[in-house]
Amino acid sequence: MRKFLRTIFLIDLFEGLRVTLRYQHPKNIYTEQYPAERPQVAERYRGAPRLNKNPDTNETLCISCDLCAIACPEALIVVTSIRNPETRRKELTEFTYDTSRCMFCGLCEDACPVDALELTQDFEFAQYSRDGLIWDRQMLEDGPRPTPYKA
Amino acid sequence: MPETFLDSTELILNMGPQHPSTHGVLRVILKLDGEKVTGTDCVIGYLHRGVEKIGENRTYVMFAPYVDRMDYVAAVSNGLGYCLAIEKLLGVEAPPRAQAVRVILTELNRIASHLFWLGTHALDIGATTPVMYCLREREEVLKIFEAYCGARLTTHAFRIGGLQYETYDGFEQQCLAFCDAFPARVDDYEALLTGNRIWIDRLKGVGILNADDCKAYGVTGPMLRAAGVKWDIRKALPYSGYEKYDFEIPVGYNGDTYDRYIVRMQEMRQSARIVRQAVQSLPEGPIMAKVPKVIKPAPGEVYVSIEAPKGELGYYVVSDGTINPYRLRVRPPSFVNLQSLDKMAKGALIADVVAIIGTIDIVLGEVDR
Repeated sequence: MRKFLRTIFLIDLFEGLRVTLRYQHPKNIYTEQYPAERPQVAERYRGAPRLNKNPDTNETLCISCDLCAIACPEALIVVTSIRNPETRRKELTEFTYDTSRCMFCGLCEDACPVDALELTQDFEFAQYSRDGLIWDRQMLEDGPRPTPYKA
Repeated sequence: MPETFLDSTELILNMGPQHPSTHGVLRVILKLDGEKVTGTDCVIGYLHRGVEKIGENRTYVMFAPYVDRMDYVAAVSNGLGYCLAIEKLLGVEAPPRAQAVRVILTELNRIASHLFWLGTHALDIGATTPVMYCLREREEVLKIFEAYCGARLTTHAFRIGGLQYETYDGFEQQCLAFCDAFPARVDDYEALLTGNRIWIDRLKGVGILNADDCKAYGVTGPMLRAAGVKWDIRKALPYSGYEKYDFEIPVGYNGDTYDRYIVRMQEMRQSARIVRQAVQSLPEGPIMAKVPKVIKPAPGEVYVSIEAPKGELGYYVVSDGTINPYRLRVRPPSFVNLQSLDKMAKGALIADVVAIIGTIDIVLGEVDR
């Protein structure tokens, strides 16, 4: 009898409707209006790569040890260096990072012994061509320059 | 009653690979008699990337990010299985703190996976509301992943021998806040679906797979439990410290689509229970075991399976003593579970096939690898 009445009065459907109505208040809005509203990504977010420089001397921190290139599963990092004949140390000449093949696993930043290579919180680096996704040393040091969104 | 009337031939109909309810790129060739399905043929491989072969050409550490890309809805579980397999091969064990954090993240991932399944499954059947709420809760889980390891979907959260990242400030509070809020949210989904007459009509008695069939096909996970078999690798062969936590294995009776829905809902509640226990008893200590810098296991082979959200996820690794695995075989739960589609779909209607594909909870990245 009880079941019959529940069926007649559409109780099951109204119970579901109550849930929907309960979330109608504007404070329950969860959607992020992305381009207009910037998401705050986490501190550890693995986004665009960056090659850090020493803030005082403006020299690169990279010691050209090639460990990131060895650690990379996709082998997309190419580090070139020349040995300085006076100091007997390797000096970085070119650093290429192919972000089009990168899967942002973070193994390169784990491998870096001097925290020179870092995956930053930048997450917008769309380009108009695939060539633009291969970052050279300057791009890695200065960061990407995305086309700004015009509302 | 004869099989066909008046020499009418069967109709062959393609479903997929772009059909929205095939959850990716699964192509099902349906053999139809009117609207009744007389047989199905699955065509897979559209997402084949050769993950196992990639594994043979990468070192053990390098391959870890690739396993996340098989079952991308439950990447953390994949990573856990892989790390456990290589740890067994090396003969090391992750420290207790690492094990507890692993359990927390894996169970959160189980919740996220089931939520995504519930939302899309309901969407296939025609209930468009739950997916909004499911993805809202999933977002909370993904935020925890993002804050913990820096990625939301393909997390690469675990490393061989333990963890790379220490928990962040507020990790415990965020997990507990999620566990506090979550059961009420599951009640919301249940209010929307469990008693709903359309939902019941569409799911009850559809796609029945009894316990014997499940065992014959090698079906595992919630599908097996919905048929009444109390088999869960977390209980049967505990790994990563699951024996310390108190939880139940939800089982169904009929083995139909509705029972699988109920089982998965219960599993989400149980997972929230495990997360709460693990967070409250999170031990202090190191997070990384002593693992050599270059991982070079002794020649040998090992099979490790874990209870992924979709079923038994197994890794079979053969080492020949070099830095690359000699052979790396993955036993994906969705691939094995998908075999039972033909058995379940025979005699059903086309609309039921949508429900049956949804209930298997396949992820094509894992089926095709």
